[in-house]
Amino acid sequence: MLELKNINKHFGERHITKEFSCKFEQGKTNLIIGESGSGKTVLLKCMVGLTNVDSGEVLYDGQDFLKMSIKEKQHIRKEMGMLFQGGALFDSKTVEENVTFPLSMFTEMTAEEKAERANFCLSRVNLKNVNNLYPSEISGGMKKRVAIARAIANSPKYLFCDEPNSGLDPKTSILIDKLIKEITLEFNITTIVITHDMNSVMEIGDKVVFICNQQKWWEGTNENILHSDNKELGDFIYVSKFLKELRDKQS
Amino acid sequence: MMRQVFSKPEKLVVYKNEFFNEIDNLGINSLPIIAIISFFMGAVITIQAAFGFTSPWVPLYAIGFTARDSMVLEFSPTMVSLILAGKVGSNIASEIGTMRVTEQIDALEIMGVNSKAFLIMPKVLACVLINPFLIIMSMFIGILGGLVLGVLSHVITVYKYIYGIQYQFNSFNITYALIKTVVFAFIISSVSAYHGYYTEGGALEVGRSSTKAVVYCSILILVFNFLLTKLLLA
Repeated sequence: MLELKNINKHFGERHITKEFSCKFEQGKTNLIIGESGSGKTVLLKCMVGLTNVDSGEVLYDGQDFLKMSIKEKQHIRKEMGMLFQGGALFDSKTVEENVTFPLSMFTEMTAEEKAERANFCLSRVNLKNVNNLYPSEISGGMKKRVAIARAIANSPKYLFCDEPNSGLDPKTSILIDKLIKEITLEFNITTIVITHDMNSVMEIGDKVVFICNQQKWWEGTNENILHSDNKELGDFIYVSKFLKELRDKQS
Repeated sequence: MMRQVFSKPEKLVVYKNEFFNEIDNLGINSLPIIAIISFFMGAVITIQAAFGFTSPWVPLYAIGFTARDSMVLEFSPTMVSLILAGKVGSNIASEIGTMRVTEQIDALEIMGVNSKAFLIMPKVLACVLINPFLIIMSMFIGILGGLVLGVLSHVITVYKYIYGIQYQFNSFNITYALIKTVVFAFIISSVSAYHGYYTEGGALEVGRSSTKAVVYCSILILVFNFLLTKLLLA
């Protein structure tokens, strides 16, 4: 389980996150939603230690990540997988080398075992015959799927996804969402997804946290989000004319 | 930063592979350009020396002697290092800078990899190890260029040139050149890696980091060239 306690983050005079506290449970897909520029990605980077926190606690199974030494942080990070917005695949390595990289770095697997694991992870994200291609030779959706395969290669306990659907068509977006959900259940991972895609919220949001005015504004599930009377959340969800009309019809 | 760069690798075999990749990328790939430049540099020094030594009191073999000492003492270690600062320095800065802006370095960190050590250590070690070989090769090719084009231009005979390059040979000159080369190789790789690693922004900033890396490397090479010459030869 991952828990955040009173996280505060400034960039100069600008407040990014104020007193953010939340618990993210194992085996569930936890979604953080909010407008662009609301500080979702910064919050995610604070969780994994890529950005320093001004104050607060980030607890991985009760251990404060921020108080750990570099070695201890590196040890915890071996249990993390992250899907970056742009995939962040290593350009100089093939798809298979990308997926086997964490295995080469932290396990004593033989080349055959690594290849087998890579094939399993790639087939898990519905990719075949791409092992020897370079990231520049595959599409955006395939890159995201390779990034997921790389993230799960080392059987992580925590999976972080930064806007996994950005730049993808609706069909591929749903495919990626389903994959994240399936992998979370299959490997019993604590998954945290940053998104502003309402399709994702409705599809996979076991727990949804809405950020507004640099704070946690609302917390619930995808089942009760549509019935919430929170004004700011309503403004965020029912932004299109179509959805507004749907809400009016329902009410 | 340097303490983290030279900390214990997570997996020696992965770093070893990266090191050999860098030897190939930063060293072997620089061979053609160094060979061409050194060959013509040696030829030009020979012809210029012949042009300058008009007095009958200066023996003809002095041309070979001048070509040898110019190549060994200054042109190969310093000029070639300046050229490598442009080629290798910009390569390192732009590669690491692009990895930074496309979040590849963040991905390494998230996996628990010491990104500074993984990205920079193999490059620094590769440069420090392979550059002396490149410079020795540059010396040989430069002296050969002087011989070939000097003889073809009829400014010197083969016998006089070979006598000149053997005349009063001081082996410490090679040691001096290699010490300079190792220091310059460290400057090129570490300064460029630093600028690449701390790139912030996008493609424009990667270009700026690359330019900055080459400028700082060149200035530092010139300053250290003076300091090392003063220390070792004065």
